[in-house]
Amino acid sequence: MGKWTRRAFITTGVLAGGAVVIGVAIRPGNRAGKVAPLIAGEDDTVFNVWVKISPDNTVTAIIPHAEMGQGVHTTLAMMLAEEMDADWNHVSMIEAPAHTEYANYALAKGYTAGDIDFPAFLVDTIDGIFLTATQMMSLQITGGSTSVPTTGQHAMRVAGAAAKAVLLQAAAESWNVPSEELTAKNSHIIHQDSGRRAPYADFARQAAELSQPVKPILKSPHEFTILGTDVQKFDVPAKVDGSASFGIDAQLPGMKYATVKASPVFGANVKSVDESSVQDMPGVRKVINLGTAVAIIADGYWQARQALVKIDVVFEESGNETVEQSDIFEQFTNDMDTAIANGDEIVDFETGDVNAAMASATRTVAAEYRVPYLSHATMEPMNCTAWVHDDICELWTGTQNPLGFAAEVADVLDMNLEDVVLHNQYLGGGFGRRAFPDYAIQAARLAAEVHYPVKLIWSREEDMRHDHYRQASISRFQAALDGAGKPTAWVNQYVEKHDPREAPYIPYGIDNQFIHFAESKTHVPWGFWRSVDHSLHAFFTESFIDELAFEAGQDPYQYRRDLLENTPRFQKVLDLAAEKSSWDTPLPENWGRGIAIHRSFGTIVAQVVEVEVTAGKVRPRRAICAVDAGFAMHPDGMKAQMESGIVYGLTAALYSDITIHRGAVAQSNFHDYPMLRMNESPDIETYIINSGEKIGGAGEPGTPAIAPALVNAIFNATGKRIRELPVKHYDLSSEGLESKDVA
Amino acid sequence: MITLHINGQTHELDVDPETPLLWVIREQAGLTGTKFGCGIAQCGACTVHLNGQPIRSCVTPVQAAASQQITTIEGIGRGDAGLHAVQRAWIDEQVPQCGYCQSGQIMAAVALLEQNPAPSDADIDAAMSGNICRCGTYSRIRRGIKRAATALAGSSGTEGPHNG
Repeated sequence: MGKWTRRAFITTGVLAGGAVVIGVAIRPGNRAGKVAPLIAGEDDTVFNVWVKISPDNTVTAIIPHAEMGQGVHTTLAMMLAEEMDADWNHVSMIEAPAHTEYANYALAKGYTAGDIDFPAFLVDTIDGIFLTATQMMSLQITGGSTSVPTTGQHAMRVAGAAAKAVLLQAAAESWNVPSEELTAKNSHIIHQDSGRRAPYADFARQAAELSQPVKPILKSPHEFTILGTDVQKFDVPAKVDGSASFGIDAQLPGMKYATVKASPVFGANVKSVDESSVQDMPGVRKVINLGTAVAIIADGYWQARQALVKIDVVFEESGNETVEQSDIFEQFTNDMDTAIANGDEIVDFETGDVNAAMASATRTVAAEYRVPYLSHATMEPMNCTAWVHDDICELWTGTQNPLGFAAEVADVLDMNLEDVVLHNQYLGGGFGRRAFPDYAIQAARLAAEVHYPVKLIWSREEDMRHDHYRQASISRFQAALDGAGKPTAWVNQYVEKHDPREAPYIPYGIDNQFIHFAESKTHVPWGFWRSVDHSLHAFFTESFIDELAFEAGQDPYQYRRDLLENTPRFQKVLDLAAEKSSWDTPLPENWGRGIAIHRSFGTIVAQVVEVEVTAGKVRPRRAICAVDAGFAMHPDGMKAQMESGIVYGLTAALYSDITIHRGAVAQSNFHDYPMLRMNESPDIETYIINSGEKIGGAGEPGTPAIAPALVNAIFNATGKRIRELPVKHYDLSSEGLESKDVA
Repeated sequence: MITLHINGQTHELDVDPETPLLWVIREQAGLTGTKFGCGIAQCGACTVHLNGQPIRSCVTPVQAAASQQITTIEGIGRGDAGLHAVQRAWIDEQVPQCGYCQSGQIMAAVALLEQNPAPSDADIDAAMSGNICRCGTYSRIRRGIKRAATALAGSSGTEGPHNG
């Protein structure tokens, strides 16, 4: 990936020689002028904050999102190039600088407004309001599977179309022909009648002086020539020869290495630290007390790590030293009971009259489910390199929120935001973890104490014990069934709600529903974890609907299908997954098949898992995934994200639990927080539906449905219903009723 | 002083002989393609070749590698023309996502194919299950290995400058 230069950054306001900078398509007002020095080379023409053309006719997309394997650098460049009719072989990208002009106003707009289409006369005002608001919040986030639906749809495509419009206009003026007689193709303008053909670059300067349309006309999918194709991802070549630069790979002259140990019990302060216990160790430079953590700076990471293991640190008591995981679940249960007893349930969704439906039910069914805390466990442990010099602070790290990180560091170091320069690197996994700036703040504070660059690397143990965790939760259901086994009431009470709002909602046509929750705060830090609340609620709701199908004596696929008769888009996705799995065909002995469907981030995913359970050992053999995100911009990338989401979700469902013991996380590394490995991973098939509906996300929707599809398959294979994750705690080797070993 | 031969180059380094090879490769030799993942030989991100055998450099004291042939991802192949068949297959199958584990995956795959030019699925499982991929690229890794095996069979296994 290309890079913007630090020189460019600190000379904001001075245009690079020859760069032409003009007003902007996306929002009236000269935003391009503020960023041109950051993104333009000597002779580049900047059209708006998202695109520039170089004299060699290369079109460069400026991507305001972090690459963490989801392919966003490629997909967003495709969206711009498509509308611009650019020659894909001469399209490149650079990641946008951490700058307020790249604050994700489109993201905020999508979230706060529910992604509604505004009337044209309101667009300017609304865009202005959201840009201002997101700038104030320093939001430049990659998360929520929003890059394509928001930045891609609202910024990249619009910017590409607007740039093409002014290029055509400039060519028409230059050749003195009506612009309707011109066509744009492969980064060239063509005048058929006169046989003239010239590269975009010939008209770039002139075009950039023209006023770009605020709402240019976008293509229909049938006109696409780049979107919907499987181009190779920009980042892959550098990731096969070791040259890709991740945060941990930053190298600076005179750089030293640091590592930290924070209080095992979250938030406790350092009471005392005995520096003399390590000061004679080789390579040790400095011991720094960060308040809630102790850091050691040394000539190498290993030396710092050895010293950190040895140093005597005593932490103060925070009051949480006796908390056990069982206490947390007990607290959840009590708070849920209390909420009902006091009548202060927080209503999430309510329709019909569940009490009346329950009273007149032929039969009622109840079940309770639990999920544990989860860690992200990105392959690259948290790290950040910081260098405070010449009244600025430079940071090299991988972050899902570069502007937010810079703002936090500026705040902590009492600097101006423009004096914190963040060089975002490839992320060795994000999954939500790298939206939290704790590690960058630590690195900046260390760098502020010394005169050399400091690379802070967390050990795997620190990474696992000081994550921001997916919440543990409990969900309790009651349902009423009529004489035909059809549900007439659906009551769901759960604990600990975060995001998104709609995660516990179901697509099924059930007339009476009451979904509510209780709050129950713990001392365990919370964080976005791939698909966020969807990761628990799909397990809850799609397990329970499976139980209802069983109680009704019906096939779990057909049972769901009947309840989706008024939501045909869901039904089609479900049908495709069932069809591709050959749902009705028999499986070998000890195998089972399970199905689940869930919508998240605007994308509907249905999955079927085939599992083998032999001698208690659970082995997912095959996973079939059907996905409707409206339109798959980069189909192979969509498939890769489904594969990734499935493995991520299966890992959690089978193995993962973070447990609290004496107030601290009990697990520490991959031996006690194991990952799904190649020999345990199923064959995965993904089938895409391009329904033409509103565009949804890809990075997260593959995860939620796989856990319920797995446990439903285990039920099908063994008759044992798993109601608490992870699966590894169940003894599935014995005959008879389910049993659970929680030792 | 410890003598290391990394990718055909000799380094004379003044390091604590107990230091894990990983950190010497990354910090002293400046070769950052080899990654730190767990520090306890559980994830395989740090895989390099010692005399052609895949090892976990995060738990290998540097003295154990002294004067022997060490190959890292940077020594497997670089640039369009110089790529190893495994690296080319990784591009063709679009294997990497975040990419952090892929140096280790490729080192494990190259070693597998040198010892077993036509691995079965079970052989691939046995050779590759020590390497964690948190992005879940396992099915593409499997396809990549098979594609590379086919390519190597077609070119007598001499593709790329690998000498580990």
